[in-house]
Amino acid sequence: MSVKQISVFVENKRGALAKVLEDLAGKGVGLRAMTIADTGDFGILRIIVDDNDAVEEALKASETVYSVTDVIACQAADVPGGFAKVLEILMDAGIDIEYTYAFVIRTGEEACAIIRVGDATAGEKALRESGVPLITQEEVMKI
Amino acid sequence: MSNNYYQREYETMSREELKALQSERLVRQVRHVWEHVPYYRGLMEQKGVTPEDIRGIDDLHKLPFISKEDLRLQYPYGLLGTDLKNCVRIHSTSGTTGRRVVAFYTQEDIDIWDDCCARAIVAAGGTDEDVCQIAYGFGLFTGGAGLNGGSHKVGCLTLPMSSGNTDRQIQFMMDLKATILCCTPSYAAFIGESLKEKGYKPEDNSLKAGIFGAEPWTEEMRRGIEEALGIKAYDIYGLTETSGPGVAFECEEQTGMHINEDHFAAEIIDPDTGEVLPLGATGELVLTSLDKEAFPLLRYRTRDITMLSVEPCPCGRTFVKMKKPMGRSDDMLIIRGVNVFPSQIETVLLNEGYAPNYQIIVGRENNTDTLDVNVEMSEGTFSDVVKDMERETARLAQAIKTMLGITPRVHLVAPRSIARSEGKAVRVIDNRKLHD
Repeated sequence: MSVKQISVFVENKRGALAKVLEDLAGKGVGLRAMTIADTGDFGILRIIVDDNDAVEEALKASETVYSVTDVIACQAADVPGGFAKVLEILMDAGIDIEYTYAFVIRTGEEACAIIRVGDATAGEKALRESGVPLITQEEVMKI
Repeated sequence: MSNNYYQREYETMSREELKALQSERLVRQVRHVWEHVPYYRGLMEQKGVTPEDIRGIDDLHKLPFISKEDLRLQYPYGLLGTDLKNCVRIHSTSGTTGRRVVAFYTQEDIDIWDDCCARAIVAAGGTDEDVCQIAYGFGLFTGGAGLNGGSHKVGCLTLPMSSGNTDRQIQFMMDLKATILCCTPSYAAFIGESLKEKGYKPEDNSLKAGIFGAEPWTEEMRRGIEEALGIKAYDIYGLTETSGPGVAFECEEQTGMHINEDHFAAEIIDPDTGEVLPLGATGELVLTSLDKEAFPLLRYRTRDITMLSVEPCPCGRTFVKMKKPMGRSDDMLIIRGVNVFPSQIETVLLNEGYAPNYQIIVGRENNTDTLDVNVEMSEGTFSDVVKDMERETARLAQAIKTMLGITPRVHLVAPRSIARSEGKAVRVIDNRKLHD
């Protein structure tokens, strides 16, 4: 059910991020969602894409360090408090969030939240039981 | 006690007999140098020493040192100890750290060198039944030629592969059932990885032993190679200047390398003062050739930091043992008053599951030395969660602190981002010199 996120090690150097994104563009990969966590020495680029195989191929070819992680993708209403509601459900279920990011799919109607938790299956169960619509890998790719 | 001797009469001779032999040979070697090498004669005259002052091995300390710098200055013929027409070969250093050093050999010199390498092969269990694969480079480099000569002397079927072309190495290793592998430790590790990638298990090859040298390596690397290839890995030591590999070699005890003391006299000195240190002290290894014709070197400063031990070895050999060098004296850094060798940091990285790709940057902030260590990231240690990555750098910093007693700042960098020159990474950047 969960969605695959690809996380890429990017050195804190001018042009390093652009280089990764150019490599992906070269493979015709479209980004569906993206965020970067930055530390002093490096960043962690986290992306959800429309073609995981092509991305892995490109990253392997350039000997870039990356990992593939299961994350939860779910719908939230694009209204004030929409995302807060999702977080509340996870909090009540005792599930800690490592990080999260979100993007709007249709303004005023629907947003997509990406949530990284320790146990994606448990997180999805809690959301499903509270009636939060989950987004599948296929659906994410089609956004 | 083993029976793995190539020349039992020398390898197991009593310390008294050995001392007498060394004394006799040193007296002759000093005369030879005095008569044939005007440059060294000049050094002796400066120090007020003549051959008459050297009556035995106990007088060794009276002789002047010779350094790599002298060798560079005297390039190419300045230290030649015989007529060029008596020489049959040269070998040379890579010259990456300055001007090349060229060493000359007579046929007799090569014969002795081959004997020294043969001792190493026999100590590693080699006999005339063995198939010895030599994956050291052949050419100006001494590694290939030395082990090749030794392997012939032992009577092994010799595969003179030279280095590189790993697919072909593996094919010959498998098809011709090589039993002994001779190469650099890093290449042995690489062959091990390649075998694994091709789906071979350690027990699939016929190898029983490996003789690895020509670059610094750690006990952790030894264990890794032994596991990957299913062998016992033996260390060998030498320098182009002193003929090549075979100055010292490991026996089955694997607790240090026996120096071929019938051909080389060894001393340990304080690298700063030149003072000879007592047995068991750690310092710079100084080697004196005892029976060289073409390229005799008296009291050559190797710049390798090690210690010697004459504890009786269970293998029966009486030759002094040297510990695996901790590093070159010119590699040694003094950071906040603590002696630091890059090899210590390498040991930590290997223990913590990293490839030995790192860079040490020493600086000075507010009159205090700083130590930054850049470590190349690997798949196995990468996480998408920042907290995990921070924990990882903290763990590495702690492990380095435990080893050195100094807390470093550890930075994870991209694979292959550390500059390499001729395949070797630039390990140390000392920015403090700018402030001196």
